[in-house]
Amino acid sequence: MRSSLRLGGGAGFAGDRLDAPVALAEDGALDYLVLECLAERTIALAQLRRRRDPGDGFDLRLTERIESLLPVLARRRFRLVSNLGAANPQGAAGAIAAIAQRMRIPVKVAAVTGDDVLAALDLDAPAMESGLPLSKYGPIVSANAYLGSEAILPALETGADIIITGRVADPSLFVAPLMHEYGWDPGDIARLAAGTAVGHLLECAGQLCGGYFADPGRKDIPGMATLGFPFAEVDPEGNATLGKVAGTGGRITVATATEQLLYEVTDPHGYLTPDVTADFSRVTLTETAIDRVAVRGARGRPRPERLKVSVGYLAGHIGEGEIGYAGANAVARAELAAEILRQRLERRFDELRFDIIGSTSLHGHAFGRGAHPYEVRLRVAARAATREEAAIVGDEVEALYTNGPAGGGGTRKSVTEQIGIVSTLIDRSLVTSRVTLLEGSARAEAL
Amino acid sequence: MPKLYDLAHCRAGDKGNTSILSLVAYRAEDYPLLVAHVTIDAVGRHLAGIALGEIRRYELPQLRALQFVCEHSLAGGVTTSLALDAHGKSLSYALLEMEI
Repeated sequence: MRSSLRLGGGAGFAGDRLDAPVALAEDGALDYLVLECLAERTIALAQLRRRRDPGDGFDLRLTERIESLLPVLARRRFRLVSNLGAANPQGAAGAIAAIAQRMRIPVKVAAVTGDDVLAALDLDAPAMESGLPLSKYGPIVSANAYLGSEAILPALETGADIIITGRVADPSLFVAPLMHEYGWDPGDIARLAAGTAVGHLLECAGQLCGGYFADPGRKDIPGMATLGFPFAEVDPEGNATLGKVAGTGGRITVATATEQLLYEVTDPHGYLTPDVTADFSRVTLTETAIDRVAVRGARGRPRPERLKVSVGYLAGHIGEGEIGYAGANAVARAELAAEILRQRLERRFDELRFDIIGSTSLHGHAFGRGAHPYEVRLRVAARAATREEAAIVGDEVEALYTNGPAGGGGTRKSVTEQIGIVSTLIDRSLVTSRVTLLEGSARAEAL
Repeated sequence: MPKLYDLAHCRAGDKGNTSILSLVAYRAEDYPLLVAHVTIDAVGRHLAGIALGEIRRYELPQLRALQFVCEHSLAGGVTTSLALDAHGKSLSYALLEMEI
C-alpha cells in the first residue's frame, strides 16, 4: 500500500481558470487531479441544453480543459476525477475519448451516472428550504441526487485514467480516490471524516491559496495573477498536509485554510455528505513550513440515511437596466430616476428592485457613512414571466436618456433566464448508480 | 471605537437563502473579545434589514473563529434573488464594519 497520496484541487467552479490546473498537474507530483465544475444551478442549465440537443449537457469548457490537461496527464500519469459531466456524463466521456483519439493520447474514460432522479421525483415531497411541496414551484427541469464515494469507487476500479461524474457531493470526488487507494472501509467513519475535511478544503481550488481572501495592507497575498492551485498530501490514516507548487502565486496559511475550512459550513459539528456526517469542530490547522499547513482532528458520525436532491425549476426572467449620474447632487438625481421608474413599472411587475451602485447596492445602507460619492449608478431589476416582458425594464431605463433627470449616461440593459434551485431528500434505495467505460475509441462497455 | 475589521477577518458563504459568515480573530488574545461582543443579538442588530431570520453562532476556539449562520439573509436565495450580489459574497465586509 502507498504511504502517501497527493490529490490536487484543479477547479473550483465551471468558469475557473484553465492555466492554474495545468501548472498544478505539471509540477505537483499528483496522483489525482480533481476538477470541481458543478454549482447547483450549473447542472440545471446543462439539463436545458441536453433537452435541446441530447448529445449536449456537459461542461461548456470541457474541450479546452481536456485539451490543456491531456498532454500533461500523458507525461505525469495522474488520474483525473471530475463532475464536469454535468447533465450528461456519458456524453462528456465520449467527447473526452474523441479528443484523446484526435490528440493520439490513449486514455480510458469512465462515466458515472445515476444521479438524475427526475423520473423518480416525488412532487409532493417538501422542499427543504420552505417546507412547500415541490409542485408549488415553477416547471421542474432537473432533479439530481448527490451521489457519494460508493458511486465513484467502481469507476476507479475499472482502471480508467479519467472518471467523469454528474452530481456528486464535492468532497466525495476526493474521498473516493483515498478509499480506493488505501482500502478504507465505507464504515470507517474517522478516515472518511478526515478525507471529507481534505476534500472540502480543496474543492474551491484557489480559495485555499489566497483567492477570495486577499485584502491589500491587511491580508496581503503575493502573485495573485498567477495564483497557484492547492494539493493535499494524505497518509493512510487521513492525516493531511496542504500545499501548492513552488513558484506559483498565492499563499497557503493557517488563516487561508481557516476561512476555507469553515466556508459554506452551516454546522461545523455536522457537515453532511453522502459518505459521512463530518465534525470539523475540533479540527486543528498548523503551519509546518511556508505554504504548508497540516490538518488534523476531523471526526465523524454515520452518514445521513437519505440523499439530498437538487431540483431545478424555471423561475421566469430577470430584466435589468442601469444608468449613471455624476457630480453635484448625483445621488438625488439617481433617486429621482428611480422614482420615475417606480411609477411607470410598479403596476407591471410584482417584484421590482432599485439599487444605487456606489452607495447602497450591496448592503441596502451605507453603515453610517452617508457620504456623497462623486458618481453612482442606478440599477433596476424586475422579475417577469417572459423574456419580452422582462426587456421592458431595460427599455424604460434607456428612455431616461431623454425623459429623465439631468446628466444620465452609460445605460446598460439585459435579460437573464432564471433557474431556481430547491432541495429535497430521497431514499437511497431509489438511486442506482452505474459506470460506463470507454477506451480511446467510441466502444462503450456497461458494467 | 475600533472596528471588527481591525481585529478579525471574515469570509462569507451561501447555501440557498442562508448566509454563513466565518469570523476569525487575527490574534489569539482577541478571540475572547469577539466571543463577548459579537453576539447573536449584536450581529442581528448590525445586519438589520439584511439578516431577516434566525442567526446561530458556533464557537471554534482552536481556530479563533466564530461561525454565524444567518437564515433568510440573501433576498430569497442565490438562484432567484433580484439582488446584485445574490450570493452575499460581500456580506463579510458588512459584518467587519461593526464597532466593538
